[in-house]
Amino acid sequence: MSNKVIYAIYNDDDILMDAVKTTRAANHHIEEVFTPFPVHGLDKALGLAPTRLAICSFLYGCVGLSFGTWMMYYIMIQDWPQDIGGKPSFSYLENMPAFVPIMFELTVFFAAHLMVITFYMRSKLWPFKQAENPDVRTTDDHFLMEVAVRDNEEELISFFQNTGAIEVKVIDKH
Amino acid sequence: MYTFSSKLKTLSYILMALGILGIGYGFYSAPKDIQEVEKLLAAESHGEHGGSKHEASASATHHGDAAIHTELAVDDKVEASHAEAPVGVDAADSIKEVQVLPLSDLTKGREKAHVMTAEEEHTEHLTHVLHQLQNKPWSAFYVACIFFMLISLGVLAFYAIQQVAQAGWSPVLFRVMQGITAYLPVGSVIFFLFLLLSGLHINHLFIWMDPEVVATDKLIANKAGYLNFPFWIVRAAIFLVGWNLYRYYSRKNCLAQDDANDNLFYKKNFKLSALFLVFFIVTESIMSWDWIMSIDPHWFSTLFGWYVLSSFLVSAVTTIALVTLYLKSKGALEHVNTSHIHDLAKFMFGFSVFWTYLWFCQYMLIWYANIPEEVTYYVTRIDVYNLPFFGAVVMNFVFPLLILINTDFKRISWVLVMAGVVILVGHYLDFFIMIMPGTVGDRWFIGISEIASILFFLGLFIFVVFTAMTKVPLLPKRNPFIEESKHFHY
Repeated sequence: MSNKVIYAIYNDDDILMDAVKTTRAANHHIEEVFTPFPVHGLDKALGLAPTRLAICSFLYGCVGLSFGTWMMYYIMIQDWPQDIGGKPSFSYLENMPAFVPIMFELTVFFAAHLMVITFYMRSKLWPFKQAENPDVRTTDDHFLMEVAVRDNEEELISFFQNTGAIEVKVIDKH
Repeated sequence: MYTFSSKLKTLSYILMALGILGIGYGFYSAPKDIQEVEKLLAAESHGEHGGSKHEASASATHHGDAAIHTELAVDDKVEASHAEAPVGVDAADSIKEVQVLPLSDLTKGREKAHVMTAEEEHTEHLTHVLHQLQNKPWSAFYVACIFFMLISLGVLAFYAIQQVAQAGWSPVLFRVMQGITAYLPVGSVIFFLFLLLSGLHINHLFIWMDPEVVATDKLIANKAGYLNFPFWIVRAAIFLVGWNLYRYYSRKNCLAQDDANDNLFYKKNFKLSALFLVFFIVTESIMSWDWIMSIDPHWFSTLFGWYVLSSFLVSAVTTIALVTLYLKSKGALEHVNTSHIHDLAKFMFGFSVFWTYLWFCQYMLIWYANIPEEVTYYVTRIDVYNLPFFGAVVMNFVFPLLILINTDFKRISWVLVMAGVVILVGHYLDFFIMIMPGTVGDRWFIGISEIASILFFLGLFIFVVFTAMTKVPLLPKRNPFIEESKHFHY
């Protein structure tokens, strides 16, 4: 059996938001929504779980801070504690102010870069990746909602025509 | 209209009464002459050492209290060791002593040390300790006084920024901010009187005002063109009057805007605020040199003005947040939602980090270069004020960083109150550390004088602020951004 989906296409984000709310209220499962720009509040209307990217970032920052601390401790205090310009390299704490800029930058570096990489991995983005937009207009000025069809094709088409869609298409998805 | 709850009013009266009693006790219990100080030091010496050789003579008492013997300048190190050699101080001790250099007595010590006998030096030391102990209740009062006044000034600056930035979220909080700035005129008067008393030599917080010190101290004498009492007090008057004028007219225009038919008063306020911000940033910088940095007239730092600004700005935003939370909990702020609170919390977080940045920049640059004339400032603070010095960093940076980094926490009242209290106490400590080492040196203690001064000004602050809140409705009517602000959500 073929896997059919409905593409309901809108040309206004307010209409899209209303459509998302009515679709959710009618208990139709929304597979995806494609928009050319971030629509404020769309994730809440769709009931998507909040992102945990910030938590990742915080943890990566902790890793960066630990790495910076360990690196400076090992190099400057443990491995070869030279007297460089009279800086006290007897213990980490005594010479810590000099290490803070490095610790700070490494914290930011780890937090930022690892978070971005996490974002790419979780959202499956990489160079030469096959673009997935179902309709080229969704990158310009149209909004598209994709809803799975079971055996209620006629009902769904009329439902989406009533939500202000400018186009309702039934597509065979492989 | 908000009504000042009788419980809060009673609380403010109690705080003020307790404060006055404690402040009075602080002045009463300060030693009057060097005989009292001698007894005090002898008692301390017995307690700490008890070794028989230390009790052998008066001089022994003097050097036995090595940690507080602080009057030796670097130049005098050699003479000092010689002078004390007969009573058994080893060189290492003297070096330790030399590292603690409150500037107030450097000059006198330097002048006389060359011809000083042990007996004279002992008297010198007693006089030095006497001055520190006599300064203590004054300093405690001064720290609390300037802290609360600068909080209301910081709120005024934050308010002006919101006006000029045409912020869409904050107009529902404007009357809260205006209420808090109502403390500014009251605080300014008390503060100005205190400065006048300093000029009349009733207290000795600012040693550059002492003609004897200026006569013997070339470094201070060279600064006399700037650091002289008439110029200094005129500057203070101009600053305080300027800030208060802005407060007065800004509030007046804001109230007039409520009943107006056009936005004329809003526009007036916009221009006034922009002018005030220019005036503010210049005067704030000079104010920090005059009122705080000149306590240590041998020392200077170029980013000190911003550092002081960041300290009282974060305290100010925290105060706005705490007052808002209180009024909200009493149901007086209908249109304030958790998004407004969330925004205030973000400012608390951001300005806390900003304070830390400036704190660290100032500290690290001086620590790294380690130039003796600058580094004494931090040597005193780290040796003598170790816990408050680093404790302030924990309270003002580490704690808010870990608490306020979480978005959900920034909307929870009790979390914010907790973070806010820690931030306010931390910044009180910050001002304490800026002022105390130059006035009382190693004689610091957070005791009755200090706590009573805080209580007095806290009571006064609560009384003035919440009285001002009852005078006008807490929601501006015709502010062009008020509708947006009412529906603000983040």
